[in-house]
Amino acid sequence: MTPFRIGCGAGFQGDRIEPAADLANRGELDVLVFECLAERTIALAQQARMKDPEAGYDPLLERRLRATLPGCARHGTKIITNMGAANPWAGAAKARAILAELGLSLKVAVVTGDDVSGSIADYSLDETGETAQALGPRLVSANAYIGVSGIVEALAQGADIVICGRVSDPALFLAPLVHHFGWALDDYEKLGRGTLIGHLLECSAQITGGYFADPGVKDVPNLAHIGFPLAEVTADGNAIITKLDDTGGMVTPATCTEQLLYEIHDPARYIQPDVVADFSGVTFTPVGPDRVAIGGATGHPPTGKLKVSVAYRDGWQGEGQISYAGVNARQRAELARSILEQRLTDPKIEDCLGQLKGSDDDMRLRYAARCADAATAQMIGEEVEGLYLCGPAAGGGVTKSVREIVAIASTLIPSDSVLVSAEILGETHEAA
Amino acid sequence: MKLHDLAHGRTGDKGDTSNISVIAYHAEDFDRLLKEVTAERVATQLNQPASAVTRYVLPQLCAMNFVIKGALKGGVTRSLALDAHGKCLSSILLAMPLTGSDT
Repeated sequence: MTPFRIGCGAGFQGDRIEPAADLANRGELDVLVFECLAERTIALAQQARMKDPEAGYDPLLERRLRATLPGCARHGTKIITNMGAANPWAGAAKARAILAELGLSLKVAVVTGDDVSGSIADYSLDETGETAQALGPRLVSANAYIGVSGIVEALAQGADIVICGRVSDPALFLAPLVHHFGWALDDYEKLGRGTLIGHLLECSAQITGGYFADPGVKDVPNLAHIGFPLAEVTADGNAIITKLDDTGGMVTPATCTEQLLYEIHDPARYIQPDVVADFSGVTFTPVGPDRVAIGGATGHPPTGKLKVSVAYRDGWQGEGQISYAGVNARQRAELARSILEQRLTDPKIEDCLGQLKGSDDDMRLRYAARCADAATAQMIGEEVEGLYLCGPAAGGGVTKSVREIVAIASTLIPSDSVLVSAEILGETHEAA
Repeated sequence: MKLHDLAHGRTGDKGDTSNISVIAYHAEDFDRLLKEVTAERVATQLNQPASAVTRYVLPQLCAMNFVIKGALKGGVTRSLALDAHGKCLSSILLAMPLTGSDT
């Protein structure tokens, strides 16, 4: 049986596009996954949607699809992504518009159910101890990390492109494996193995030599033209991790081990919506140039609960920076910091941090503060700028910024309280 | 000798919790790393309370995983630090001096 080929076309919202296009064109993939949602990304997308009802999906969705659709269409590669973010419907509509323009007749599906902002009022948040309801109007979004069911259903209905909001990152990869191999949802060993594949691939180049190079100690060839990873998966859930020939980077047991433990706590209990994966016995075996066989993962029944990320407005951050260089630079920068501490005493400043970065003859002073409101946060940069005339000698290069802080807290809700559904645009289906 | 001479690693973050892997380049060094790179010493190196650090060991990969609660001053969204994710923590940990015999 030919291995199932699944690749990763993005590991975060700002990821590079060119290696994804290369995978689409030359990878002969069955599935290409774009994972673009970090913890806070969906909250920022929700804020964008509040300003514009047609927004709220990933701003790079159009560029990523335009770069990869021709190759994917040529090879029959399906696309699965969480680029729907806070508005998967609008993301799917955009995908359909691009398909029409390119003259491609592919089926686009939307997976929903992750938005639980309407049903979490009574749950208490781990970080604050208070209920979600106590946030009142400060609540921005609440999304459950859902599992494979919606994507599996979409694929069963013949979807070529599946647009999701929040889904557990590894589940974006596990779902097409479950669909293709017909794995039972209580075959926890297979689900654990598929979760390992997803976890290893979900950060794109972080397993092909990105986020790895340490010159002279851990050198990576041709990092400038690094390739994105793909897995060749067999029906038993084991796989070979590799990348395309003629791309930069490398796949070795060392790159795989760093990625295995990336954002993992107890390796024996990697809690996912569909399985508690056990990576404690994972092995990596080199089987060729840039080819590593993975094995040893297993899994246990899921907890019956889903993690929910709750985003809320939590004040404002103001920041200013200024440089002092040449003779006595450190002393002038220290004096400047002391002046800021004396001037910035407003009780609406909740926390502040004054840092000196650089060398004794080239110092950058950075002053940042968390404030109760935007006007106070504005004052931080203004007082840094004020050092030009009312501070030490010869300060220069001021920059200043203000941003609203969107904080993230989390809670757990019963899995069966979340209704996941999949719909191909123009048809309606519900996931089991 | 520093930890950097014998091992590599990577930092990840979830909320206000950081995790740092420490992976031996050579299997023969792993026992020494197990003895020296304890949760307590990692806590000291990172200026964290010892109770915040938990160590997990994967002997077949010559790897350890350190999980540090409360390491990110409120997490990426609330921290005032420039590196709010704490991505630099693995490099700070790898600067840790090794005290035992080099042989």
